[in-house]
Amino acid sequence: MANTFIKIATVTVGSGGAATIDFTSIPQTYTDLKLVTSARHTEASVSNDVLITINSSTSNFTGRRAYGTGSATGSDTTARVVGVTVGASATASVFGNNEAYFPNYTSANFKAFSADTTGENNATLNFSFIIGNLWSITSAITSITLTANGGSFVQYTTATLYGIKSS
Amino acid sequence: MANTTKLVVDCSTGITETIELTDAEVAQMQVDAETYAAQKAAEETSAAAVEAKKVSGKAKLKALGLSDAEIEALVG
Repeated sequence: MANTFIKIATVTVGSGGAATIDFTSIPQTYTDLKLVTSARHTEASVSNDVLITINSSTSNFTGRRAYGTGSATGSDTTARVVGVTVGASATASVFGNNEAYFPNYTSANFKAFSADTTGENNATLNFSFIIGNLWSITSAITSITLTANGGSFVQYTTATLYGIKSS
Repeated sequence: MANTTKLVVDCSTGITETIELTDAEVAQMQVDAETYAAQKAAEETSAAAVEAKKVSGKAKLKALGLSDAEIEALVG
């Protein structure tokens, strides 16, 4: 792997759980960001969405998602989704695994970002997404907050933010 | 009763703090969740309406005498 791929920060949720995971004061010295998460939450569901808040904003997001459920495929419009988090109804001790990529996160243009995700569940019902998102704001990304759409993140949920330089 | 917590990672220092959410943050999260749920419900309603129109349109084509294969070739 190129030495331009640098881990900025990583966090693991402790025994008390966490409603959100916040990366603040993101350095503005990289070209792109990559966010890798492994998420499980408290809600009694097989899975739900990991939602992103950028610079404390939940507005001006649009997106399109292609999904597979284990028995069906489809697509829908969505916003703020950067992953899947496995809920309490899924197999014990498994997580949703996600990668999101934010090119040119310091630019003065709108911020497009993508995500590919898959849940883990020892059953037919399981969710995988490929997502294209747009945050129609020109500000540089300085903070990222992750929220489980349904309950809180449970212990051993992890999130790691990487910085990638073009050279 | 104490509010739930958030994990805050300061990327400039690498320091992670566990911070109890303020009442305002809890309220905002609730608003955000309701907004997101409403948006998803609207999308699903819209998608269901489109699907119903597809079914209706195919039925009308069939009533005009097109075969299922012809309809499939036309509209998928």
